Amino acid sequence: MKYAYYPGCSLRGTGRAYEESLLPVFKALGVEWQEIEDWNCCGATAYMAVDEVKSCVLAARNLAIAEKAGYSDIVAPCSACYLVLNKARHYVEESKAIANTVRRALKTANLTYNCKVKVRHPLDVLVNDVGLDRIKKRVTRPLRELKVVPYYGCQIVRPYSTFDDQANPTAMDRLLNALGAELVYYPLKTRCCGGSLTGTLPEPGLLCTYILLKEAIKRQADVMSTCCSLCQFNLDAYRDKIAAKWEPVEIPVVFFSQLMGLAFGLPAEQIGLQRGFAPMKPLPAPGVAA
Amino acid sequence: MDNNNEIRIGFYICHCGSNIAGMVDVADVAQYVEKLPGVALSRHYKYMCSDPGQELIQQDIKDHKLNRVVVASCSPLLHEHTFRQATEKGGLNPFFFHMVNIREHDSWVHTDRQAATEKAKALASAAIQRVAYHKPLEMKKVPIHPDVLVVGGGIAGIHAALTLANAGKKVYLVERDPTIGGHMARFDKTFPTLDCAACILTPKMSAVGSNPNITLWSYSEVAEVKGYVGNYKVTVRRKPRYVHEDLCVGCQECIKACVYKEPKFPDEFNEGLGKRKPIYIPFPQATPQVVLIDPETCLQLKLGKCKQTCVAACADRQAIDFHQKEELKQIDVGTIILATGFKTFDAKRLAAYGYGVHQNVYTALEVERLVNASGPTGGEVVLRDGQKPKAIGIIHCVGSRDEKTNRWCSRVCCMYSLKLAHLLKEHSDPATEIYNFYIDMRTPGKGYDEFYDKLLDEGVHFIRGRVGEVTDWAFTPEEEGKLVMRVEDTLAGYVRRIPVDMVVLATGLEPHTDAQAVRRMFNMSCGSEGFFLERHPKLAPVSTFTDGVFIAGCCQGPKDIPDTVAQAGAAAAEAMALIDKKYIEQEPNTAFVDETDCSGCKSCVPLCPYSAISFVEDKKKAVINEALCKGCGTCVAACPSGSIHQNLFEDEEIFKEIEGVLAYD
Repeated sequence: MKYAYYPGCSLRGTGRAYEESLLPVFKALGVEWQEIEDWNCCGATAYMAVDEVKSCVLAARNLAIAEKAGYSDIVAPCSACYLVLNKARHYVEESKAIANTVRRALKTANLTYNCKVKVRHPLDVLVNDVGLDRIKKRVTRPLRELKVVPYYGCQIVRPYSTFDDQANPTAMDRLLNALGAELVYYPLKTRCCGGSLTGTLPEPGLLCTYILLKEAIKRQADVMSTCCSLCQFNLDAYRDKIAAKWEPVEIPVVFFSQLMGLAFGLPAEQIGLQRGFAPMKPLPAPGVAA
Repeated sequence: MDNNNEIRIGFYICHCGSNIAGMVDVADVAQYVEKLPGVALSRHYKYMCSDPGQELIQQDIKDHKLNRVVVASCSPLLHEHTFRQATEKGGLNPFFFHMVNIREHDSWVHTDRQAATEKAKALASAAIQRVAYHKPLEMKKVPIHPDVLVVGGGIAGIHAALTLANAGKKVYLVERDPTIGGHMARFDKTFPTLDCAACILTPKMSAVGSNPNITLWSYSEVAEVKGYVGNYKVTVRRKPRYVHEDLCVGCQECIKACVYKEPKFPDEFNEGLGKRKPIYIPFPQATPQVVLIDPETCLQLKLGKCKQTCVAACADRQAIDFHQKEELKQIDVGTIILATGFKTFDAKRLAAYGYGVHQNVYTALEVERLVNASGPTGGEVVLRDGQKPKAIGIIHCVGSRDEKTNRWCSRVCCMYSLKLAHLLKEHSDPATEIYNFYIDMRTPGKGYDEFYDKLLDEGVHFIRGRVGEVTDWAFTPEEEGKLVMRVEDTLAGYVRRIPVDMVVLATGLEPHTDAQAVRRMFNMSCGSEGFFLERHPKLAPVSTFTDGVFIAGCCQGPKDIPDTVAQAGAAAAEAMALIDKKYIEQEPNTAFVDETDCSGCKSCVPLCPYSAISFVEDKKKAVINEALCKGCGTCVAACPSGSIHQNLFEDEEIFKEIEGVLAYD
């Protein structure tokens, strides 16, 4: 099965390391994908708050393009894209009024959207389609002795928990476990990263970020693993400000796909590891494959 | 009775106050029916089921020489019996009456008055056509077996069994666990009086054990139920306890002698907080006072290798038998009372409260054992980590009143949370802070709200708000090493973080996981939430839709001990009402074989679900035992030669009814 791939803006900007690591990992596992043509903004964040329906139209255009190209699944790695595309699908299914507006708007571009394309998160694809057994087999450099905090953020489980438990998601836990990593119990796995507050109301926003980083350090983690470009950015990019306000919080924050790349033996620079502000300590010498 | 075969039908349409008349133009229907062939008179009346309504029918039968009666009103389930009686009092065979349901089937379910009136006319027309073909019939009487099966040995089953046994009835009490007592036996005190649960329960338990009218089968389950009201045939599976009940005297020498010097395995009765040996008795007052062996942990049963010190200790009583097998017992009973109880909500389903993750998060049932003098800590409140808590939070409504889990209120949690707050306070350092986190306080019961007031005076804190999370994530130095309860205090209007040492989850009540299987076995219904469904929520609260099967206690829905005992008594009384009548009147709607047409093909014989059909070899004809036939109609429909007929459902009656409803204009 070939997946439609929707990178969204962040994977080409601040979350570049996510794409740089995810695509090689897909390749290593034989997952086929094709970036959809002429994609546009998913309609996330501010726009969703200003005009929900127009935001839905934006999202639906991407889905319609994937549908037209004959795909049954579209992979959206950024949690915000994943949520908004899912939300658009729900809104169109549940509200006739929104469905009509979307249909009229898409018609002007000779597109139709029939809710046939499923919106998938890469964690869902990796754990449920590829399967942990295949991933385990591909591991050449198990992440033994690497203490990892699995941090999910809010958007992949709320409000739609399509593939994981809302209060206690475990897909990334299981995945990291398959890579041989040591999981750190982290009760804040779905707590807010500060979202866009870090830009608009820095004080409460940064407090959220600080809490997450501090708790990971307190629990003696070596690295935090995220699955959302905004979470990764918030946790990684404001360390100076946090240090000035509270205390230094030096712990690397990477995408789960980067850890997969490491475990698959891909070179660090080919999976964007050089991009983080807090560098990862070199892994212990490669062990025997699990 | 039919002079000159002339059919004279009396038709009555009931207003039912405004229940029917509000949606159906009853006068118009009466007028329409009056003109139908065979109708001698047609009336509408405010309440046909009232005494004057019934007298009207009786008087009309005499005055107008009626020989058929049709009443259009509510469901036959409610008043068919009433009107049949009125018809009989008027001097007619009660089966010359027919009922039309224009309430549940019409006025209550439609919103268009015109269309509802037309539908009432069509249904009335069908009944008028059919009733002319009714034949005189007699109710049949079937004797009832006087013995009763009570399933479940909690307080409900115990009370029902004792009530029946004290009235001289023979009772089989079947309990799944090795002892009776159910949940109540594990409670420390009972609200609001703070009676010791064991002190009031155990005398009843031993009364069950010693009552000659009660056959107690613990560690047993019902395997199969056949038959019908008055004559149930039940198979009970007796699980092997590897100890002969009749030989064991309960001295417990074998337990002392077990090769395991110390108890090693989680003790079910104490919710796994204590330990037991492979050979054990669930708790000191267990009834029956018989030990049992757990095959999962006993070395002899698991590995076939043990010194069998228990057998030596039992000596010449020889009660221990490693070769004991499961046994099936067949019994005949006339009535059944189901008191199978509930299970508590699995707290692990709510990950945010950390049960099973944080060791100092407890369920309420665990705390019942923790504060109990005969519990694993001797009544001292000592946590799993060996500490004594200085602050305790009790979360109400865990798995209740929650769209994500169970929507219903479990009814007992507010009160038992208050009780546990009181007991925890009593059993801890006086400086211990206790918080109750509630949505609403629900304390409706005799002395219940007064108990709540008492707790307020005792200095227990009450915080209105549903706890969002129990976490070991500390934000301030005071929170280090504590469990932090995050909650929106909806009275104070802000989000609070309250550090505690112990969290108690007031888990709600749920149907048993196998409630659906039990429902099917006893041919009952369940409500949408999975509790057994009563026949009528107000007027038949312990009856079910299966005659002779009654329900009591929490299997019907969450309730406290007083309500459970009241229901158990009611169920026993309902069973006795049937038994003491000595027979059951059954509808004469049975099937019969017209021997002239029967070809003896035998196709009906295996189809009958009640084994009522036999084949008479010398005549080469099928015969239906009227006492066994339940009138399901399967054989009638299946007979290739059309030689099986059914009373009240004869072909001409059915065809005329169809004609009446379709040809109505």
